[in-house]
Amino acid sequence: MSAAQPTDAREAILSRVRAALVDVPAGPPEQETPVPWQYGAATGMADVLARFAETVDDYRATVVRCPPEQVPDRITEALRAAGVASVVVPDGVPEHWRRAASEASARVLHDEPPLTKARLDECDAVLTAAAVGIAETGTIVLDHRADQGRRALTLIPDVHVCVVTADQVVSDVPEAVARLAGSVREGRPLTWISGPSATSDIELDRVEGVHGPRTLVMILAG
Amino acid sequence: MTPTPSTPPATGTRPGSGTVGKTRRTPAPRETFLGMPPFPTAARGGLTNSQQRRNLRHATHTIRDKRAKVVAEVDQWEELRVAGAAIKDRALRHLDVYLPQLEASLTAAGAHVHWARDAEEANRIIVDLVRAAHAADVEAATSAQVAGGEAEPEGETDDLAPRASDDLEVVKVKSMATQEIEMNEALERAGIAAWETDLAELIVQLGHDLPSHILVPAIHRNRSEVRDIFLREMGHYGKPAPEGLTDEPARLAEAARTHLREKFLRASVAISGANFAVAETGTLVVVESEGNGRMCLTLPRTLISVVGIEKVLPTVEDLEVMLRLLPRSSTGERMNPYTSMWTGPTEGDGPSDVHVVLLDNGRTDVLADTVGRSALRCIRCSACLNICPVYERVGGHAYGSAYPGPIGAILTPQLRGLDNPVDRALPYASSLCGACFDVCPVRIPIPELLVHMRHKVVEKKKHDRRLPTTEAATMAAASWLMGDHRRWEAALAASSGSGSVLRRALKKDRIGPLPWPAAPWTTTRDLASPPTQSFRSWWTHEHEDPAAPGHDIPGATPEQGGSR
Repeated sequence: MSAAQPTDAREAILSRVRAALVDVPAGPPEQETPVPWQYGAATGMADVLARFAETVDDYRATVVRCPPEQVPDRITEALRAAGVASVVVPDGVPEHWRRAASEASARVLHDEPPLTKARLDECDAVLTAAAVGIAETGTIVLDHRADQGRRALTLIPDVHVCVVTADQVVSDVPEAVARLAGSVREGRPLTWISGPSATSDIELDRVEGVHGPRTLVMILAG
Repeated sequence: MTPTPSTPPATGTRPGSGTVGKTRRTPAPRETFLGMPPFPTAARGGLTNSQQRRNLRHATHTIRDKRAKVVAEVDQWEELRVAGAAIKDRALRHLDVYLPQLEASLTAAGAHVHWARDAEEANRIIVDLVRAAHAADVEAATSAQVAGGEAEPEGETDDLAPRASDDLEVVKVKSMATQEIEMNEALERAGIAAWETDLAELIVQLGHDLPSHILVPAIHRNRSEVRDIFLREMGHYGKPAPEGLTDEPARLAEAARTHLREKFLRASVAISGANFAVAETGTLVVVESEGNGRMCLTLPRTLISVVGIEKVLPTVEDLEVMLRLLPRSSTGERMNPYTSMWTGPTEGDGPSDVHVVLLDNGRTDVLADTVGRSALRCIRCSACLNICPVYERVGGHAYGSAYPGPIGAILTPQLRGLDNPVDRALPYASSLCGACFDVCPVRIPIPELLVHMRHKVVEKKKHDRRLPTTEAATMAAASWLMGDHRRWEAALAASSGSGSVLRRALKKDRIGPLPWPAAPWTTTRDLASPPTQSFRSWWTHEHEDPAAPGHDIPGATPEQGGSR
């Protein structure tokens, strides 16, 4: 591919960039243009977990908060309430969560070997863990380790049940980025999820439910 | 300028409707930004479209209020803005460092990097990549057939039979860069159908329309117009809208979901832009709402991202500032529903063939203007459009480019240059009220840049013209007159004399319309008659004779006003 491309486009652009920047003093960018910002700082709030539950709920996601030992029961209830006939569960999800899913659903699907897009499209729900929860913005971040599955799993089925543990929840975006930077540097993809799929494209009215899961159930353990 | 939904689509825009030569694959836009009249003329179309004005007023006021509410929640909003501006400045002022770093990180992550000097080059690269991806699909299918023969394959795979070579298609994530280079039409000319998957872009595409807003390209359409477009058009290009579709937004979103799902599931190539590109790691970021972005970024085998060279951020940590500024400024939410980040291909997850086209297309010209370059900080949030009294009334089409509103008025003429009248008119499409700067999350001094660009327009016109205009000649004469105090005093004395004469003759202190050459100025403006005494003569009078009653000089007007 790149063989067919004239390599001088690169040189032409870079030399134009250099010519455009002759007024900028040489030296490390960090010193030449300082950024007055304290990175990674927490945002002060009274109760991080309560705020998280509140902001996720604001997006019209279903929020269930429970002690860790009740997570399996809540999983069963959530899947039953959504009336799903099949649920895909990534292989890294704890065994007792998987058993809870099978109690609610007719069929628990594995993604090994990987399900085709068509099979996933027939699947009603997905059950995953998460990487980070962000209280101030009501965001769940997946870094797609084994307990969260590949990206398509949490995209195509219409119901997403996601378990977030108390130790995963941080105050705001800066703390979250600090926690996730390692995953990014390892080359992992990230998906930040704030409520169910939504659009404001018609008269800027928010409507839940376009292409991603239309039902998001967040079980907060702790 | 905006066609009403009841207008039947222009003939020859539907597949098989008998256009000369090849039939189109995608809905033909009725017009292009190219060839539109300059802003003052184009604005009249928007101003007289009362439906559009109602839609825009409703939409911009809704989003303004939402933005104000969520911005007020953040104590450090101003610190965030300052940091956001500094981060973008750092990246821009050291693009010579960060661009090669981005390229190296992307390559190390397994992505293929391409460079495009302009729109034409970018489109050529993209067409070649789509064709190559298709050829690879065919090869894979052939070898699978050879290996598997007629026997039933062991496990199921996603490798469906590749499409015929005259039936190529791509799915698209909403992207300003691809709008800017008019990629859809370039692909169409190459026989490749590009399907928009963002709901608003879909409304625009199916409506044979042009985008009129950065974030909500169909902001000029209301719900019943959208329903009519869906009912009329969807069936021509895929799954039709359900019969009895109502204009309830939830039902319309559902119709889009169903219409697009088959396209997502079968597409083997997706094209996206990127909101940010992290130089340190080669990570691209797409911020979206509906999940159409995730579909495109995850399901196809090949992903091509068109990224303006100004999208670079130095480090991963810089995202913490940008991801707080963007959603609140843009949709007025604490966070948008979905943000995707990817760093080249990931084994067993998403596209295995990942390309990035780094696009200049005028950006290095903007960068070379030490004042104008701050426009490149723009993160395409559209807060300046939503707050702008001019945009609210005329709509986005009048700006004649993919970038409407205040940011478009400074960015478009910088990117495209000042050779054509449309681009020369844009810096004047503003009342300079300054609201755009107040809401800009990266503190682009838009009003200052508008004035800066106006100056450049004047310089350009001066340069292009052999003979001076009346205005220029008048200014040159005034300059000569004011350049020497004796000449100036003599002129003032003459003017004071004429002032007394004029006042007596007109019996009023205003001069109304005058004949040519003063007509263009005076038909729309009254002119004050020259005062009977100048400030200088008043001052001299005052100081030579302290007893003189300086404050009740008869007929003393504006000149004296200046001395208070």
